[in-house]
Amino acid sequence: MADKITLEVARYSPEQDGEPRFDRYEVPLIENWMVLDALNYIKDQLDGTVTFRWSCRMGICGSCGMVVNGHERLTCETLLADYLPGPIRVEPLRHFPVMRDLVVDLSDFMEKLERVKPWIIRQPGAPEPSREFIQTPEQLAEYKQYSLCINCVLCYSACPVYGLDPHFIGPAASALSLRYNLDSRDQGAEQRLDVMAQHDGVWDCTVIGECSVVCPKHVDPSLAIQEYKISATKAWFKNLLMPGGGK
Amino acid sequence: MARRSAESLPWSLFGAGGFMVAFFFPIHILLFGILIPLGLIAAPTHTGMLALVNHPLTRLYLFGFCALGLLHAAHRLRFTLSDMLRLKHLDTLLGVLAYGAALVGVAVTIDLLI
Repeated sequence: MADKITLEVARYSPEQDGEPRFDRYEVPLIENWMVLDALNYIKDQLDGTVTFRWSCRMGICGSCGMVVNGHERLTCETLLADYLPGPIRVEPLRHFPVMRDLVVDLSDFMEKLERVKPWIIRQPGAPEPSREFIQTPEQLAEYKQYSLCINCVLCYSACPVYGLDPHFIGPAASALSLRYNLDSRDQGAEQRLDVMAQHDGVWDCTVIGECSVVCPKHVDPSLAIQEYKISATKAWFKNLLMPGGGK
Repeated sequence: MARRSAESLPWSLFGAGGFMVAFFFPIHILLFGILIPLGLIAAPTHTGMLALVNHPLTRLYLFGFCALGLLHAAHRLRFTLSDMLRLKHLDTLLGVLAYGAALVGVAVTIDLLI
């Protein structure tokens, strides 16, 4: 096995550079080193100005998402050795403004996430529970898949529809929104449907499915969006047949 | 709070048309495009086919098959043009053209079947 591998790292400072460039760095090819380990080696040993986000190094914080050789990956669980003989091209996530090098501005996603109300909603005036909510394993299984989302936004980077229309509510927000609808403790499905059934909600999705392919936690946002289309359609026909009624 | 979109209507027709086309179209192709021309099964007689097509249930089926299939195609065409050619700003016009053409097709279908 080779003892070194080359990384081509996207470098960009919007205030100074006209356009992004790629800097090449040679790093030791150590068994079990991930792309993130290589980036940290570069930052510590070769070039302290390379900028990227990371935190947990174990695939749960969702901060080290980047595009590695054209594919969205969490760099903390992407082996260098899988890309032999190299070089490995590391770029920032697509469809978000680049703040610097590999760091993107997630404001748009954060605004969308808040809009879909990803928290447990109880009806106003609902009596305060006198004890904890009991939930069966079956009730947990209803939403568990969607609760595994770590907001790494690889799905937004992989979604061509979001790339074309930044108003699209997008995959992770849809999955997290459905996660609370499916929770037996929640009573906010109608409020969330008001957001998701809008023109900028789920309707732009053309079921390309890349969101579900790239998800490192095996969430299926594409399915969540189709579930929302079905819910919205049921509600639409119900309202057509019984205007204002049936609630 | 912005209104819920009326996209539910074209989308549900798109879904129903997708089902009709995916489920029944291969049967038509297999029967009339492959098995009968190859002589693997006997060709129906003209009078037999005419009697079948004249049956109200057959006409209802053919109407559903053609109308939903056309509306499915219109929806797909609208999104393909809008996304592939980056014409999102013309979405309303594309919708009018695509669904309009499909509705013309639906009218022709009704005319042929009645």
